[in-house]
Amino acid sequence: MTAAGATPDLPADLTRASAADLAAGIAGGTVSAVEVAQAHLDRIAAVDPGDRGVHAFLHVSGDLALEQAAAVDAARAAGRTAASPLAGVPLALKDIVVQQGAPATAGSRILEGWMPPYDATVTTRLLEAGVVILGKTNLDEFAMGSSTENSAYGPSRNPWDLDRIPGGSGGGSAAALAAFEAPLAIGTDTGGSIRQPAAVTGTVGAKPTYGGVSRYGVIALASSLDQVGPCARTVLDTALLHEVIAGHDPRDSTSIPEPVPSVVDAVHRGRADGVAGMRIGVVRELGGEGYQPGVLDSFRAAVAALEAAGAEIVEVSCPHFRYGLAAYYLILPSECSSNLARFDAMRYGLRVEPAAGQPVSAETVMSATRGAGFGAEVKRRIILGTYALSAGYYDAYYGSAQKVRTLIKGDFDQAFGAAGGGAGCDVLVSPASPVTAFRLGEKVDDPLAMYLNDLATIPGSLAGIPAMSVPSGLAADTGLPVGLQIMAPALGEAAMYRVASAFETLYVAEHGSTVPLSVPELVVNP
Amino acid sequence: MSSATPTLADYDHAIETFDPVLGLEVHVELGTATKMFCGCSTAFGAPPNTQVCPVCLALPGAMPVVNATAVEYAVRIGLALHCSIASWCRFARKNYFYPDMPKNFQTSQYDEPIAVNGYLDVQVDGETVRVEIERAHMEEDTGKSTHVGGLTGRIHGAEYSLLDYNRAGVPLVEIVTKPITGTKASAPAVARAYVAALRDLLLSLEVSDVRMDQGSLRCDANVSLTPAGNPVFGTRTETKNVNSLRSVERAVRHEICRQAAVLEAGGRIVQETRHFDESTGTTSPGRSKETAEDYRYFPEPDLVPLAPAPEWVEGIRASLPELPWLRRARLQQEWGLSDLEMRDLVAADAVGLVEATVDAGAPADQARSWWSAYLGQQANSRGVSLAELPITPQQVARVVALVAAGTLSAKLARQVVDGVLAGEGDPDEVVAARGLAVVSDDSALQQAVDQALAAAPDVADRIRSGRVQAVGAVVGAVMKATRGQADAARVRELVFSTLGVQA
Ligand SMILES: [Zn+2]
Repeated sequence: MTAAGATPDLPADLTRASAADLAAGIAGGTVSAVEVAQAHLDRIAAVDPGDRGVHAFLHVSGDLALEQAAAVDAARAAGRTAASPLAGVPLALKDIVVQQGAPATAGSRILEGWMPPYDATVTTRLLEAGVVILGKTNLDEFAMGSSTENSAYGPSRNPWDLDRIPGGSGGGSAAALAAFEAPLAIGTDTGGSIRQPAAVTGTVGAKPTYGGVSRYGVIALASSLDQVGPCARTVLDTALLHEVIAGHDPRDSTSIPEPVPSVVDAVHRGRADGVAGMRIGVVRELGGEGYQPGVLDSFRAAVAALEAAGAEIVEVSCPHFRYGLAAYYLILPSECSSNLARFDAMRYGLRVEPAAGQPVSAETVMSATRGAGFGAEVKRRIILGTYALSAGYYDAYYGSAQKVRTLIKGDFDQAFGAAGGGAGCDVLVSPASPVTAFRLGEKVDDPLAMYLNDLATIPGSLAGIPAMSVPSGLAADTGLPVGLQIMAPALGEAAMYRVASAFETLYVAEHGSTVPLSVPELVVNP
Repeated sequence: MSSATPTLADYDHAIETFDPVLGLEVHVELGTATKMFCGCSTAFGAPPNTQVCPVCLALPGAMPVVNATAVEYAVRIGLALHCSIASWCRFARKNYFYPDMPKNFQTSQYDEPIAVNGYLDVQVDGETVRVEIERAHMEEDTGKSTHVGGLTGRIHGAEYSLLDYNRAGVPLVEIVTKPITGTKASAPAVARAYVAALRDLLLSLEVSDVRMDQGSLRCDANVSLTPAGNPVFGTRTETKNVNSLRSVERAVRHEICRQAAVLEAGGRIVQETRHFDESTGTTSPGRSKETAEDYRYFPEPDLVPLAPAPEWVEGIRASLPELPWLRRARLQQEWGLSDLEMRDLVAADAVGLVEATVDAGAPADQARSWWSAYLGQQANSRGVSLAELPITPQQVARVVALVAAGTLSAKLARQVVDGVLAGEGDPDEVVAARGLAVVSDDSALQQAVDQALAAAPDVADRIRSGRVQAVGAVVGAVMKATRGQADAARVRELVFSTLGVQA
């Protein structure tokens, strides 16, 4: 990072630069936005396609991206001030956020070829900020999964080991960052789909407070849980992107009508002041059984580093977290069974005629289309949700799950609150993912094992609080990245980013570079 | 229900044997400019699928936003029906698949409606019947399917269906009564009177145009029979989309006779949806509700709960217009009408027209007379309602004023009205264009009188000699010369003064 106004020294390979440095270079005239976009498009062409390519992207919008970049360069040439601190920087957009001019699939066959006629609010904000959208990234179908193996278009690969998963559902966005195909990415997080991919790819990903970023134009999985968030390779880049996309949107009535927390300032504060005087809680229930030893070792080392830097470390107990996974797998399927009802062949997307001999009616066309267009995991969750909402079961399932949600919120209130015996923590920490990246195919036939990947991230989702994953290092047992999860109270993003930034600074001081810069050289399609 | 069962019982017999129980569900399309959850227009009759957007087409990613005016209208309706307004309520999703419902769920309200527990007093044969209201809740309309081919016009058996989503998302309020019991033989009349009173009320609240023929007010009539004196309700049927006041009455009456015949023959009533056929006045079975659809209701997570502030609700209460029946009683008194005269005006939908004519300056008796007599005949002969006649209360009031000023005679006034109805403009324009004004300009009249007297010197002599009745011939000649537009009394005065005769 360079001081404002100064022109940074950009690496010869522009794809290895941070978003902040690229933006400064573009604003200072060291490099053009078109050159930056082209460098990333070239990188994508080199590492993304092929049998053993990263396959982060489902669609690359080369012409659109170069057009957007040229507009940024033209604005600069005309003497206009940069549209935002990220003007001209390329970004990978998760293919669950709609953008005019690019197909939107949500990773599903049922939407194959659909061209959205409108922009999501997030898309609009990115384009208005001069961010250059390179293309749409891969994901588990409708964001249901933890590995991208549920994508109808094949899995993405983890740049740290191409035989391993990049996490999910936002594995495409995370892999694009780790493979230097883009310095910025957009993810969505329902139960961990930003944080778990960030953890297993050694990148940074933040889930803002529920309602912090508009969901308008984001294809819904579970409306009461879904949240859009920023992803990058550094905490500062993540914060810069956070401020571009966050804020109230009148088209999403669940978006919060409050000012966006000053997360960029918080990052600078974390660098300057560290964590001295902060109270950091370690959640007893997010560790132990089900967590890989190498992950726990890395986590303990991170906590020790924070303590050594002056933070006060306390252990907190959140007894209701153990019911989180069960509650989550009732609420999510219930809402998704309803949200996905619109995919019925009547207005857009796939249309499959009933088998020969069957009568052709609206019902049989809907049924044939949904049968052919949805994958196994999507069908599983639609069936679960339809059952959970049925008359006579609603109270026992959906109703009880909502009560658990309230109890989990209570646990967080207790951990963050100072009154009434509360632990008074500024943030809580845990591993973001219980394990490092597993092998492609390893858990694909075991949905329950797959669900456990979200063990640590689900409580924050149910409570609607902000949470992020920042790399804590490499696991000694696998040599793969581990993510440190930092959770803060609702709208407490500043504390969260401050701790993340402070930790990243400590890590660089000790190891000489950030985790993403230590990824081995990618050899695809040798 | 064997084929040997007589299909309909005699009505009087049915009522002696059974007590009918009614439940009425009325859907009102609100007259907001935009839809319930998006900014699309709600105007009726636009070309198909021209009033749609990502939200009301349920495109992936689109999200609803509640129309604040629709909430205000729902609160107005709730307050006018004496309901309690919820201090906190939510929308819910009613899940079922149907091609004219883009999301395959309807955003509605389920166990947390905006208004509950009210009533509406209706007049039936001079008696007041209190119909209790269970709830009024907000929801959105579906699109419109047109099933082409097949015999029934329904989805089954159709060759293909056309979908128009212009109506999808139009705001609705559904008003549900509690079971209406004890109405006996007047059950059909109570049903009709309730819907009529509700229509009046909604019109006066200015929340809907309540056009039953355009579907902006739709009634579903639930009817069940219970053996006379038995407190346990029987199985009910729901007759859908009864689209006129007369049909409400006929549908209820038909269901009473049909169900009585089934029950008397030892059969049982099937809980089902039935369709009313306007041409035959009968109902026929639709979807059976025995395998009741499970709508899997749950709170709409894309919308935040509504919490109408008490001050806001009280502000709306304070701004409610005078209730239509109170207004009618007041006007009847102000205009000095008998019950029968008032009832005729109400039946002709003329109360508002007369009131507006009075407001424009006409005396009440003349305003009423115009609308109920001459304009009534004109409306009848054209087959339109009074309101549809191309004349405004202000124009009628102007005609009345011209008569009062002596500019028009009664006969000329009707010709002026004819001109207005023929699209010739305002009354004054018609008077000018057709040259219809009574000639009251003395100089013009004097000239006509002088000419008439000069043409008939013998008559003039006779008048001078005191035979004043001879003036009639001169007046007649002047009237003829002015094509009937002279004021006969003034002509008479001018004849006498010209001849120096004391009348
Ligand atoms: Zn619309």
